[in-house]
Amino acid sequence: MRTLKLLLRKEFKQIFRNKALLPLIFVVPIVQLLILPLAADYEVKNINISIVDHDHSTCSQQLISKITASGYFQLADYGASFNQAFKQIEKDKSDLILEIPEHFENNLLRENSDKLFIAVNAINGVKAGLGGAYLNQIITSFNNDIRVKWSQQPRFSPIPQIEVTSSNWFNKFMNYRFFMVPGILVVLVTMVCAYMCALNIVKEKEVGTIEQINVTPIKKYQFILAKIIPFWLIGMFIFSVGLFIVARLIFGIMPVGSIFLLYAYLSIYLIALLGLGLLISTFAETQQQAMSIAFFFIMIFMLMSGLFTSIDSMPTWAYYIAKCIPVTYFIEVVRMIILKGSGFTDIKYHFLIMIGFTILLNGLAIWNYKKTS
Amino acid sequence: MKQFLSFVKKEFYHVFRDSKTLLILFGIPIVLIVLFGFAVTNEIKDAKIVICDYAKDIATQNIIQKLEAGNQFKISNNLMSHTDIENAFKAENIKLAIIFPAHFNEDLLHLNKAQVQIIADASDPNTANTLTNYVTVIIMDYQKELIKNKSNPYTISPEIRMLYNPELKGATNFVPGIMALVLLLVCVLMTAVSIVREKETGTMEVLLVSPISPFLVIISKAIPYLFLSLINLAVILLLSVFLLEIPVNGSIWLLIAESALLIICALSLGLLISNITQSQQSAMLISLMGMLVPTLLFTGFMFPIENMPVPLQIISNIFPSKWYYIIVKSIMIKGLGISAIWKETFILFGTTFFLLFVSLKTFNNRLS
Amino acid sequence: MTSEVVIKTDKLTKRFGDFIATNEVAFEVYAGEIFGFLGANGAGKTTAMKMLCGLSKPSSGNATIAGFDIYKQTEEIKKNIGYMSQKFSLYEDLTVIENIHFFGGIYGLSDKQLKAKSDELIEKLGLQSEAKKLVASLPLGWKQKLAFSVAVIHEPKIVFLDEPTGGVDPVTRRQFWDLIYSAADRGITIFVTTHYMDEAEYCNRVSIMVDGVIEALDTPDNLKKQFSASSMDEVFYELAREAKRKSD
Repeated sequence: MRTLKLLLRKEFKQIFRNKALLPLIFVVPIVQLLILPLAADYEVKNINISIVDHDHSTCSQQLISKITASGYFQLADYGASFNQAFKQIEKDKSDLILEIPEHFENNLLRENSDKLFIAVNAINGVKAGLGGAYLNQIITSFNNDIRVKWSQQPRFSPIPQIEVTSSNWFNKFMNYRFFMVPGILVVLVTMVCAYMCALNIVKEKEVGTIEQINVTPIKKYQFILAKIIPFWLIGMFIFSVGLFIVARLIFGIMPVGSIFLLYAYLSIYLIALLGLGLLISTFAETQQQAMSIAFFFIMIFMLMSGLFTSIDSMPTWAYYIAKCIPVTYFIEVVRMIILKGSGFTDIKYHFLIMIGFTILLNGLAIWNYKKTS
Repeated sequence: MKQFLSFVKKEFYHVFRDSKTLLILFGIPIVLIVLFGFAVTNEIKDAKIVICDYAKDIATQNIIQKLEAGNQFKISNNLMSHTDIENAFKAENIKLAIIFPAHFNEDLLHLNKAQVQIIADASDPNTANTLTNYVTVIIMDYQKELIKNKSNPYTISPEIRMLYNPELKGATNFVPGIMALVLLLVCVLMTAVSIVREKETGTMEVLLVSPISPFLVIISKAIPYLFLSLINLAVILLLSVFLLEIPVNGSIWLLIAESALLIICALSLGLLISNITQSQQSAMLISLMGMLVPTLLFTGFMFPIENMPVPLQIISNIFPSKWYYIIVKSIMIKGLGISAIWKETFILFGTTFFLLFVSLKTFNNRLS
Repeated sequence: MTSEVVIKTDKLTKRFGDFIATNEVAFEVYAGEIFGFLGANGAGKTTAMKMLCGLSKPSSGNATIAGFDIYKQTEEIKKNIGYMSQKFSLYEDLTVIENIHFFGGIYGLSDKQLKAKSDELIEKLGLQSEAKKLVASLPLGWKQKLAFSVAVIHEPKIVFLDEPTGGVDPVTRRQFWDLIYSAADRGITIFVTTHYMDEAEYCNRVSIMVDGVIEALDTPDNLKKQFSASSMDEVFYELAREAKRKSD
């Protein structure tokens, strides 16, 4: 016990004396937590549209006004030819082109129908899809308006209408940041803890101090605990700062569910994570290797854990990989507790899985550690 | 010159003998391509929804069938009462609930008006919006069918053409982004660490007293990574063309030249970082933790830069990967030539010169 | 030097695959002795020493350190030995006092004992003005002396020294050996490897390892007589030049 205390004292001194490291552990994650949610926004807005109007009729003018008034689109260009508009797309000044053909109004009145031509820059598939959909909606609505206006005669029977009302729960203001901030916090804590822990141990290996430890009466489990505990505490600290200061004060996020439950899950999660850091350190001989391996895992975690894109949309094989990542579960739990107020019974399953991860990762790490030293 | 080459040879040995790091270096782009090409997607599929159908008549059945037909939705549960909805949201991963009131069809036929209520889990507002839209569109389709028999005057038919990416593949947007990310990060990270490691172990002094100019010593460190990155680039392009079926529409030589420019830019940045850090740990932390997330963000392929608040948009201009991303999209996807991207190329050149200049200045100071 | 045996090895062997690094080595070391463990690079002495310290498990053979079995009682062995290597001994980013307290505490000294011991140590080495400074700021010679003192702070039965005086001037080396002598006088057995042949002369007995086997073990005087050499340098040269294994 005394040995552990001595070891912990040494570890903390070393961490806090490392002037270069401290800002990177504490400041960088917090700054990223501030900036990331501001930048991360999938909402499709400010779509630039180039309109080529060959008709110049009241009808086309009304359509154009409706489009610009909708709030979805910004008129980037109002030109005379399709080619001119296309150049806008090439230069990324415009996202889509609407071409209104000649005699549009007349054709509608006389022939009862006419076409409109839309070309969309589909490099960003989602933006294109939504942009196209919005434009379609506006055109359909415009179409209905014309019908109502031009067909005053009761020749046409009334149309049955389905009224769709929608309401949004758990995030009334549709604030994307409420969704992103908890998730980003999880990823940042993950990065710092797993990475730092692995690096710290490997540094001792590289420098040779691990050999000195091995000749002393210090037991392996004491050594490992002394490496894990400081980073567990650091992880808790960063999470708390992130949750109570950044999330609450800056983004206005107040957890709906039980904070105690959140921290209980966090504690277990951190142990699992540090087990991973430990495991990585048993495979790496140099700091550079540890860094590369950690980099690899962090990339996968960030992309496959459901932080930016939902895991339900993944193909089955990717879905199962995502289910093998501990981060995925914590992100789900964090969102469930903070936004929906889920209780213990709701996340029972997640708890079990995380405990499983803890045992698995730490067990593997300790087994491998014994083998290689 | 011969001395320079022997330095370069030594550096190649360092890099290629560390098989673990090498594995990761080559593995990362491949994994990223596979992930972004197939796994990570912004589209919505198999979203779990619940339905509370009080009517259970032909209209609701029809609509429900339509919902199940596509692959966007998975109907997880048919609830008996709408009070169960809140629990469903809390307990499982339900994204949306639809409530059909009793007598839905009757109301529609006789009163010409009926209501449907959609409740979305707006934790993820985007998904909520998109799903609500999808459901609304399907319901509107049903409505259109009802009035199909009645004459439809004044129909406007929009014809939509999707440019550059008719299948709306997500990968089209991502692959240029991955190129930017991988080339930038790998070069910066590896160069910085490689140089700092020599400083840390003390072998840097040995190198610097050799008859070769210190500047060339540093350059010799960068060359293996230049080489490695070009190989990575080739791998990414091959995978993209053959696996993801995203062709290179423009000139491949221009693409390679621009990529080389970005690589040199990244190497200069690595050099700069190595000048200001003393330990490998710091170099790694700055390159990895300090740059991974911002690069991911500000390159512009995950989130559109136009959506960001203006100060962040300004910050994004500092990242060479942002300009490179635009260049790659223009060449690879749009098939354009140098005339379209001269501005971005110029900015990359400028950034490279600036970084090289600053690192050389700080390097000389360090020595003395 | 007494006749109590503190290190006894019997056919101690370490194999790495087909390669036999240490080949059935057998010798005894007595309490209070200064025992020089010599050999060319690659001869197998580092491997042998690692086994004796409990850092690596032998492939076969037996040994007892301070009376404890090398296979079954490694924990007891660790409590009774000290270790200092040229590559590292102290934490550079901790102060002199912090290093003393850490290692002393690990070896079971109570807080009171630590206070007394560290005062004594600092005074003996003349480090009063550096006591609160980081070890990194000390010149190499002082680091070595401090490292040795910390290695014996718990008055172990044996202290293992792996090339402890590399890279310092002869005066500092002499001062270091003064510390070794005083420790030996207190009854601590010194097991030291070195490349400095003049240091070999300071030892009570010396063993020379060649190609994994001990080719000679005796007092320096006897060895010089045996090989008709005027210095340990020559003795070493005679034995080591026949070595088939070049340095690793």
